[in-house]
Amino acid sequence: MKATLAVLVENHPGVLSRVAGLFARRGFNIESLAVGPTDNPEISRMTIVVDGDERVIEQIKKQLNKLVDVIKVSFIEPENSVSRELVMIKVNTEPEKRSEIIGIAEIFRANIIDVSRDSMIIELTGDKDKVNAMEEILRPFGIKELVRTGIIAMNRGSKCIESPEQ
Amino acid sequence: MRITAAEALVRSLEEEKVEVVFGYPGGAVLEIYDALFFNKKIKHVLTRSEQAAAHAASGYARVSGKVGVCIATSGPGATNLVTGIATAYMDSIPIVAITGQVPLSQIGGDMFQEVDITGATAPFTKHNYLVKNAGDIPRIVKEAFHIASTGRPGPVLIDLPRDVAREKIDFTYPEEVSLKGYKPTLQGHPLQIVKAVEAINSAKRPVILAGGGVISSGAHDELMRLAETADIPVTVSLMGIGSFPSEHPLFLGMAGTHGMPWANEALKKADLIIALGCRFNDRLTGGAGGFNKNTKIIHVDVDPAEIGKNVKVDIPIVGDIKNVLCELLKRIEKRSRKDWKDYLEGLKGEDVVEGCGDISPLDIIGELYKQTRGELIVTTDVGAHQMWTARCYKFKHPRSFITSGGLGTMGYGLPAAIGAKIANPNKQVIHITGDGSFQMNFAELATLRENDLSVKIILFNNRGLGLVKELQDIHCGGRYSQVHFGFLPDFVKLSESYGIKALRVESKKELEEAISTMLEEEGSFLLECILTMDVRVKSMLGKEEAYESHAGSLG
Ligand SMILES: Cc1ncc(C[n+]2csc(CCOP(=O)(O)OP(=O)(O)O)c2C)c(N)n1
Ligand SMILES: [Mg+2]
Repeated sequence: MKATLAVLVENHPGVLSRVAGLFARRGFNIESLAVGPTDNPEISRMTIVVDGDERVIEQIKKQLNKLVDVIKVSFIEPENSVSRELVMIKVNTEPEKRSEIIGIAEIFRANIIDVSRDSMIIELTGDKDKVNAMEEILRPFGIKELVRTGIIAMNRGSKCIESPEQ
Repeated sequence: MRITAAEALVRSLEEEKVEVVFGYPGGAVLEIYDALFFNKKIKHVLTRSEQAAAHAASGYARVSGKVGVCIATSGPGATNLVTGIATAYMDSIPIVAITGQVPLSQIGGDMFQEVDITGATAPFTKHNYLVKNAGDIPRIVKEAFHIASTGRPGPVLIDLPRDVAREKIDFTYPEEVSLKGYKPTLQGHPLQIVKAVEAINSAKRPVILAGGGVISSGAHDELMRLAETADIPVTVSLMGIGSFPSEHPLFLGMAGTHGMPWANEALKKADLIIALGCRFNDRLTGGAGGFNKNTKIIHVDVDPAEIGKNVKVDIPIVGDIKNVLCELLKRIEKRSRKDWKDYLEGLKGEDVVEGCGDISPLDIIGELYKQTRGELIVTTDVGAHQMWTARCYKFKHPRSFITSGGLGTMGYGLPAAIGAKIANPNKQVIHITGDGSFQMNFAELATLRENDLSVKIILFNNRGLGLVKELQDIHCGGRYSQVHFGFLPDFVKLSESYGIKALRVESKKELEEAISTMLEEEGSFLLECILTMDVRVKSMLGKEEAYESHAGSLG
């Protein structure tokens, strides 16, 4: 079972290592982790995708809550949320394949952000399925390099995840 | 007036009403020690290693109920603290550890005596700080004491770089803490309380399992009222010893792999377990060979992460045990559970130890009880002697049994006894140790003497590592690897060289007089008892399955 957690943390150095260390020493699996400041510069938000059974996921949430630097931990329900990931793919572009690759990028509504004689960087934003699908289609052309940001997610509607004191 | 950050640190300790700190100086804490030099209110106890300073702070905390404080220099001083900090963490003991650090401007350069102590201790501190701004010192100290002592208590470390310690600041101590991410839940949820009351009132065979949380929340009186009102037998974990008087007719003794068979049987046969401030660790559940599926469990703990971690719980209650018990007691009905009690009473037997020579460990502990009647504080080390003490001494008061339960740290007991004696100078403090454990920290005899403290040491000398030898019997076909000491010092002379009187006994008939001599001695005293190497702990557990689980969890 996978779960997505939105974790509000104090924006100090060292917090990321506390969170990562917690996962490592308790044997929890991180699928993806993305972090950045929120509209309040004192608070950062992590989006963590974890894998485990129900008991493990409950423990992850409780153990995260025990960290003094962790302000709030919330689950993001897949049905009521949107999630996105940004990926950059540097793909081989032999001259005769170039237009085919451009066509694929268009279909995915991806952007071509760098072009050289024999490669291109494609930037794609989407949920995990879309990103995976694009990766599969580009693979036969020869992916030279790939980097993903990790998933970020937000609940739909007016419900918000905010620090209790805001 | 502007003062240095080091002075501000010491002033902050004063603000926290710290009376004593345990520590060891070095280059990175020169400024702190200089500030202590001028301080008149805080006593500094110089231990003989930093590990001992942390254990002494822990012993002090456990007896006094206050936060214990220890100080060490950077690098090796800080790493020497690590065992003490981890020991305190596993037993949820509130201590604040202060370490020096190389100058902030040089951190990361592998400087002389640099070690990343906040990184190293993150897994076993409740929280830690690397101080980067001198002006933060008062706030950080305030937070550290608050975090260490509230909710589920635990150690907090403050790492102070030397250049920061020298900076000058305007000192004002904050009145309050404001931590967005730290708000322990202290009141039990009313609906859960109602469910628990119903379960307790309707149970046929309930049993209370009390852990260290009962002691740290000061809930022993409420525990007594619950047990007596609802007529419920009480068993304890190793850490729960002292939360309920051993001589009480409802007391079953310690449960778990090293516990009493009838206490484990009670947990197995119960239709309701009321677990208070214990964490169902492997040493406890192992003794019952897992619980019955139909047994309902109420689990009260201030740490939500403990609930449901090791066993499935039917009625979880997050909150301070004392608060929760007060709520429960408003609605608990009076009951008499004669059949259930009679059944358990019928299982009780005498404690026996096999393989003894002239002296059985039970003789020593029995005689000690006869002459002290629970009016003492006992600290122990780790090994067979610890288990005999836990099982057989009839403890009467909370905060009177001080042992390393969660980490099982050999060498804990003597420094812990130093802290205990300072916390409660009017009580007899007895340290029960083994020849192996004693050799890990006996340098603290000097600390005892230097501070004119009176601690009575009973050394169970079986010439080796008894508990490990027993494991090798069970797991290694009796191949005894490195568990016998080929050389031992003369412990009596060793003690005397520190100016501490000592006596050796080799037969049972000498015990009564020796123990009374020891107790009457004004200063410290060491009583060495000669045992055979073949005395075993396991003999309490008659049944094969219990034996199995016992074997499984000793490691
Ligand atoms: C620091 C540390 N090292 C090793 C162990 C493993 N260990 C557990 S009990 C024990 C034997 C202790 O010997 P002693 O203090 O003489 O006690 P005895 O069992 O003989 O009574 C050992 C080595 C431990 N618990 N702590
Ligand atoms: Mg021994």
